Parts: sequence; structure tokens; C-alpha cells
Amino acid sequence: MSIVSVQPRRKSRRDWTPALLLSPAFLVLIFVVLVPLLFSLYTSFTNYRLIRPDSLYEWIGLRNYQRIFTDSKFWAAFGRTIIFLTLALNLEFIFGLGIALLINKITWGQRTLRTIMMFPMMFSPILVGYQFKFIFNDNIGLLNNALQSLGIGDGAIAWLVDKPLGMFTIIFAEVWMSTSVFAILLLAGLFAMPRDPLEAAKVDGCNSWQVFRHITLPFLMPFAFIAMTIRSLDVARAYDIVDVMTGGGPANRTELLWTMIARVGYDNSRMGQANAMAYVSILLSIAFTYYFFTKLIAARKYMGGAE
Amino acid sequence: MASKTKKQIGKVANWILTFVLMLVIGLPGLWVVLTAFRPNREILAKPAIWIPEKLSLDNFGKIFGYGVDQIAIPVPSYFANSLIISLTSTAIALLIGMSGGYAFARFRFKRKNGYFLALMLSRTVPGIALSLPIFMVWSRLGLIDTKMGMIIIYVALNIPFTIWLIDGFFRQIPKEMSEAAQVDGCTRWQAFWKIEFPLAKSGVASAGIFAFLTSWNEYALASQLTRSTDSKTLPVGLMDFTAQFTIDWAGMSAMAVIIIVPALILTFLVQKHLIAGLTFGGVKG
Repeated sequence: MSIVSVQPRRKSRRDWTPALLLSPAFLVLIFVVLVPLLFSLYTSFTNYRLIRPDSLYEWIGLRNYQRIFTDSKFWAAFGRTIIFLTLALNLEFIFGLGIALLINKITWGQRTLRTIMMFPMMFSPILVGYQFKFIFNDNIGLLNNALQSLGIGDGAIAWLVDKPLGMFTIIFAEVWMSTSVFAILLLAGLFAMPRDPLEAAKVDGCNSWQVFRHITLPFLMPFAFIAMTIRSLDVARAYDIVDVMTGGGPANRTELLWTMIARVGYDNSRMGQANAMAYVSILLSIAFTYYFFTKLIAARKYMGGAE
Repeated sequence: MASKTKKQIGKVANWILTFVLMLVIGLPGLWVVLTAFRPNREILAKPAIWIPEKLSLDNFGKIFGYGVDQIAIPVPSYFANSLIISLTSTAIALLIGMSGGYAFARFRFKRKNGYFLALMLSRTVPGIALSLPIFMVWSRLGLIDTKMGMIIIYVALNIPFTIWLIDGFFRQIPKEMSEAAQVDGCTRWQAFWKIEFPLAKSGVASAGIFAFLTSWNEYALASQLTRSTDSKTLPVGLMDFTAQFTIDWAGMSAMAVIIIVPALILTFLVQKHLIAGLTFGGVKG
């Protein structure tokens, strides 16, 4: 240490400082994430049930995986999760972009608008779920009450129970909660945008759509990928929303992969099988994050900011 | 002339859109807040009562155990648990995150992007998927339903994002400043605490607030790993209000307000730095 570190370091001597600085972080993550995950990988090959502790040593090979991969309910939940994620992330991007462009244009009261926009970010997902459970309640919910008072329909729409509507309300809640992440980052991108290319394009006779399509949007994409990466890090927090709003029901209509894991693992106490499902969900999350992270790295290179 | 009116129409349209937008964002939360001050009788009324006839703090009194019809949900101890678990895990995550973020911002080492990606991937594991093995490991270690058990988990949850943010903030401080201090005779340790830390302080604070909010709001893991007043947090406690077929909307809304107010205050404090940290760390990294 001391002054020596300022002098040009000889190449052969390895500097252990970064390893030392990073070790606490990796130690904690190994203890809390890696070791439990290895353990759950093992149990996914056993017939482990919570009510029979000795079943932890009942090795059954790939039978858990076989069982879930031949289970139509599992595939239904898996497909629903993919559709849910695709719809939610795309809608969040589109709405976020729209909101960012809108607020960027407004000069008066912009700070206040930005603050209000951040409002959903601080909500606990469990609160978002509760709030929409309350608003979409068929009997005393704000929405049905408003429809009744305005005399539109008979107003007893079962938002959370009906087949397509149940999924709709969940996606609505998810989009409500997470759009602001996109809006905030895209707005930051708009603020950071250089003015010159825009003016040059206008001088050259581009219309505003062409300017948006070929200059603004490419510049904003890295910011969109940051938002996507941040979102995909915690993509499963939709579990909280669904758990409060519908609990995956009624009749599995809103069952996602994550609520299914909870049901099989804790309610039916089939830990082995639930762990096999959990591994599928983990691979799904990793695939999402990895995809957006590589996109982000590529976009960074394009921006010329990479090391 | 024609283009002028067109512009004005555009401006009005912008304002209307913005208004609708703010309504969609603001109304659900405000409705819950309003509900927290209304009696259950009014909430359940049919046809709906739109203009509140009576606003009171009764619901809050009720969940904190004052007044005549108090309910048997120990909200004060949930509140204390939430506070202790969130504050402790944030403090530890910040220390670890500062050391890790500094390493990423100031050193060159092999496979840097790989390590960074590994950190981020550890965060992607869905809470409910992680809760299964942690449940099994923690029950062997006797950490189920303890504050300690939750604190350790939340430290791990917060490390990746804290490192990402703090890395971004340290990058904004020119390397030359601490190098100059080291030429003047400071050790690297001293240079860090005297030069770099004071400059990154607001950034570190916002990373801390973000970590606090993550712990404060977490539900998936806490709902499976906490059982009693020893460690149950506010989000888990919120579910105490729902019975099989009945929901105490008034009490639940009051509790929702209690959960949201600290989060609200903290986010207002942090918003500016948070955006700066995320974009800087992300784009220029």
C-alpha cells in the first residue's frame, strides 16, 4: 500500500487489492445464494417432502423433471408467465417512452411531474397488489362503483375472476408499477441528448418522424436496455402482486410459474418437485437478464463509452 | 395562422394527456389513503358514497391498539421488525457495496465484466425460488423466524444493485484527485476516506436508501421465512387482514399508509441522485 501504489506497478506482481475488496460481497452471495441453490439442485433429484424429513435422501433421478415436463398445468403456467413478461415489458417500454417524450416537451411544472412519475416505484409490490385488488373488487371497488354511478352497464364486472380480465388486471398492476423505471431512464436519456444532430437533420429536411426514428430512438436504446436489465433483475416480484390479488386463482386462471412453485412447495409440501420448477424459473430469469445485459454491452460499445 | 392553431391544439392535447396520465398514476394510491381515514361502514356502502362524510384517525388507532375496537394484529412489533431488519441490512450492504463498488470503479482486473455479470445474475434468482432452499438451509441453522436470518438474506439481495450504483458514483470522481493526495503522503486508505468518500457521499446515501426500500418492501422471501412477531415484517403483516372470505379494507388501508409513508419520504430525498447513478453507471461503464 502507501505511496508505492502510485508508482507504475510492475506487471509481474499481481495486485490482490480488488480481490480483497470484492471478497465480502462474493462470500455473502455464496452463502445466501450459491450454496442454497446447489442444495436445491440436489433436492430436485429427490422425493423430498416437508412432512417426511427422511425423504431428503430418496434419490429419484430425473423423475421430478419428467413429472413437471409432462404436466399440462405446468406448461400452462409457463406459457402464461412468458406471455405475461412479454406483454408487460413491451407495454412498459412503449408507455415509458410515451411518458418520457410527453414530459420532455412540458416546461412548466416538469419537476413536479417527474416526482409524481416516480410514485409507483416506491410502492411495495404487495401494496400495488392490494391497491388494485381494492380498486378492481367486484362489489365495493372504485372502478365498478364508478361504472354504476355513471350508469354504464350493470357494473358488477368480476375483474379479478373473469377469464381474460383476471390476467388483464394483473398485467395492468404490473405495468402500473414498473413503467416509471422506463420513463425515468428514457427521460434521462432525452436530457442527455446532444442538440446538434437533431438540428442538422432538420436542416437536411427530415420530418419529425424520421428524426425520431433515426436519431432519437437509437440514442435512447442504451437507456432502454438499462431499464430492461434493471427490470429483468427483479422480474419475479410480480409474484407478490399475483399472490395478493388472486393467489393464482380462480381455477389457475392467473397461475404463473412463481405462484405454482409456492403452491407445490409450501401448500402441498412437495419440496423436491417445487425445486425442479424453481430451477426452470431461475433459468428463465437468467436468460432474460443475460439477453438484456449483452444488448446493453453492445449498445455501450455503439455509444463509444466502453472500456 | 393555421400552423399556430395546430401548435396550440397540440399543446392542449399534451396537457390533457399529461393530466390523464397523472390521474392513472396518482389516483389508486390516493384512493387507498382516503380509505384509510374512512370507517368500514362507509367503504362498504351500496350505492357508493363518493364524498366522505366522516374522516378520522380511528383506523390507525385501531391497528396500533388504541380505542374501543382494537384488533388483534400486532402492528407495532411488525413495524419495529421491519425497521430493525431494513436498517441493519442496509448498513451492512452499504459497507460491502462500497468496498465492491470501489474495486470495480478503480481497478483493472481480469474478467471484470464476468464478475459483474455474476453479481447481477445472483440477483435475478426469483425470491420465491430462492426461498425454498433457504427455507431448508435456514431451518437446519435455526435461522427461520429470526431477524438475523432475514438480515443476512437482505444483505445478499442488496449487494449487486448497491455495487452497481456505487461503482457509477465512484467513476464520476476523477482518479487524479486521490492520486494527488497519495503523492502528498496519504495512504490509499486515507485518500479514500478524505477525498473520494466525501465526494461520493450523496451517491452512497442514495444507494443506501434504495437498499432500505428493497428490504422494507420485500415480500416473497419474508412471507415464507417469518412466522411470528419475532421477525414478521410489515408487508407480511398486511396479509393478516385477509381472512378466508372477508377483508378488513379500512385496517388494511391504514397499514398500507404506514408502509408507504417512510418509503415516500425517502424516495423524495433520493430521486435526483438515483437517476444520475443508474444512467452514468450503465451507459458509460
